[in-house]
Amino acid sequence: MTSSIKMAPPAPPPPMAARTIWRRALSVSTIGPLAALVLACVYFSLQTDRFLTGPNFSLILQQVMVVGTLAVGQTLVILTAGIDLSNGAIMAFGSIVMTRFAVDGGVHPLLAIAAGIAVCGLFGAANGLLVTRVKLPPFIVTLGMLNIAYALTHVYSDEKTVSKLPPMLTALGRTFDLGGTRVTYGTVVALVLFGVFAFVLGQTAWGRRVYATGNNPEATRLTGVPTRRVLLAVYTVAGLVYGVAALLLVARTGVGDPKAGQTENLESITAVVLGGTSLFGGRGAVLGTLVGALIVGVFRNGLQLTGVAPIYQILITGVLVILAVAVDRISRGRNR
Amino acid sequence: MTGAEEPRLSARGLVKRYGHVTALDGADFDLRAGEVLAVIGDNGAGKSTLIKALTGAVTPDAGHIVLDGRPVRFRNPLDARRAGIETVYQELALAPALDIPTNMFLGRELRRKGVLGTVFRMLDKPRMRAEAARNMAELQIGLRSLTSPVEDLSGGQRQGVAVARAAAWARHVVIMDEPTAALGVRESAQVLALIGRVRDRGLPVVLISHNMPHVFEIADRIHVQRLGRRVALVDRDTYSMPEVVAIMTGALRVEDSTAVVVDEAAAEAAGVADR
Repeated sequence: MTSSIKMAPPAPPPPMAARTIWRRALSVSTIGPLAALVLACVYFSLQTDRFLTGPNFSLILQQVMVVGTLAVGQTLVILTAGIDLSNGAIMAFGSIVMTRFAVDGGVHPLLAIAAGIAVCGLFGAANGLLVTRVKLPPFIVTLGMLNIAYALTHVYSDEKTVSKLPPMLTALGRTFDLGGTRVTYGTVVALVLFGVFAFVLGQTAWGRRVYATGNNPEATRLTGVPTRRVLLAVYTVAGLVYGVAALLLVARTGVGDPKAGQTENLESITAVVLGGTSLFGGRGAVLGTLVGALIVGVFRNGLQLTGVAPIYQILITGVLVILAVAVDRISRGRNR
Repeated sequence: MTGAEEPRLSARGLVKRYGHVTALDGADFDLRAGEVLAVIGDNGAGKSTLIKALTGAVTPDAGHIVLDGRPVRFRNPLDARRAGIETVYQELALAPALDIPTNMFLGRELRRKGVLGTVFRMLDKPRMRAEAARNMAELQIGLRSLTSPVEDLSGGQRQGVAVARAAAWARHVVIMDEPTAALGVRESAQVLALIGRVRDRGLPVVLISHNMPHVFEIADRIHVQRLGRRVALVDRDTYSMPEVVAIMTGALRVEDSTAVVVDEAAAEAAGVADR
C-alpha cells in the first residue's frame, strides 16, 4: 500500500507556550480563588437583597475570623509541605487556659491572655520538635497532639464552660462604627495578622526560606539554610497564632468552651486549600487563605440567606475543596 | 604552568574507612589556580568520598587538606562553603517554585538599607534581581525573564543558574559533581562552555564526570582515582582517551610519567597495548 508511506503532515507547533501561560496563570494561585469569591458574591447578591449589605458582610467576617486566624498558622505549616490537625484542639485548650486563669485563678486578664497564647506556642513547639528532631510525619504528630490537647482541655476544664469573664477577655468582641456598619475589633486583629504574615512570607528572608524548605528541603539545606530551625520556628509561630485565635474565640463567644474547636482543624485546611496554597508545599500565599476562608463564609451565609438547607453548604464546601486540589495538581502539570 | 606552582586546594594522604571498606586509602589531590581539573574513576574508586571530604560532607580519618596555603578542617558542608568552596550538585539543587534571584540568594539574602532592613527585615528584591542579572550576564547565560520560577526553565538553563550561583559565591573553588549527567547533548555543551567561562574568570573548577568526551573537551588536567588513591594526575594532551580509561581500570600504570602495561590482555582490549 502506497498510502501507508505517505509523508506525515508537518507536526503542529508544540502547544508548550500556551500551556505554560495557562499553568502560570493557575499557579499565581490567588487569582482563581479571588475570581470564585467575586462570582459567588455576584450570584448571591442577585439572589437576595439581604446579601450585599454592610452588616451582612461584617457578620460574614466575624464568622470566618476564628477559622481564618487558625488558617494563617495552617498556611505556614502547609507551605513547608506539612499539615496541622491539632490547631482547633490547641486553640480550645488555649481558650480554657485564658478563661480559667482569669476567672478561677484570679490572674490579671492580660497575663491570663499571655499565658493562653504561650501555652498554644508550646504546643506548636512540641509539634515542631517532634517533626524536626524525631523526624515523625507532621500528619501523625499533629494527630497525636490533637488528642492530647483535646483530652487536656476536658481534664483542665472539668467539662465545664467557663463564664463570667472579665471584660478585658472579651474586649475584641466589641464593635466600632465603620461607615454605618458595626465591625468587631477582633475582625481588625485577624485582618492585621493576615497583613503581617503576607509581609513576612513575601518580603523577608525567613519567608523565602519557609517556601524554599517546603519546595525542596534538601537543596535548601545544601545552600546553608538551617531547615530544621526554619521548620521548628514555623510550628512554634503557628502555635502562637492559634493562641490569638483562642483569644478571638473567647471574645466572640464570651465564654471558655471546652467543646469548641473540634471541626476547625479541617475547616482551616479547607480555607488554605481553597485559597490556592499547595498541599505539596512551597507554593501559595496567606492572602489566598483569607480569600479561601471568605469563600467558605460567603457560601455558608449566602446559601443560608437563600434558604438552602445547611447540609448542602457542607456538600458544596466538599466539592470546592476537591476542585481546588485538582486545579493545584493540574497546574503543577508534568513538570515534576 | 609549572608543577612547582602552589596549588589552590590540595590534600595529602586522605583516609576514610566505613567499617571494613576503605573508601580512601591515602589519596592525594591537587588543584591549581585557573584550571579545570577532571576527577575520574570507576564506581567504588573513592571519587565521591574524595569530593565529600573536600566539601566537608565527610570527615576523613587521616590526612590533611590545604586551601590556599592554609590547613583547613571542614566539619560540614557549610564550613567548606564559608571557606569559599562552592559545590554544584548532580541533582539540580534548586527550589523549582522560586525564581532565579531567590534561588541565587537563598541562605544569603540581601536586606534593605535602613529601618526597613534592620527592623522589618525586608528583602532588597530589586538589588537581588540586579545582582542575579549581572551574574547571569557575566557567564553569558541568556534568559528571557529572571522572575519566572526556575521550573519553567530547561534543564540546561537550570544547571546554568546553579553554576552561576556557585560562581557568584565561590571565592576559591567551584566543585561540580556530574553537572551534565541529567542533560541532553546540546545542553551539556552549553554547561561545558559555561564551565570554561567560570575558569576564565579565574576560579579553578573541579569537575567530577563519567563522561570521557566531556572530560577531554573541557579539562586541563585529569585526576585518575583508583582503589581509593590517586593513581595518575595527567595533562589532558599527554594521554589519549583509551589510555586514560586504561589507567582508570588498572590496565595501564603511570610510573615516572610513562605508562606501563600492567595487564596485557586488558590493555590490548582497550587498544593501547602498543604503547
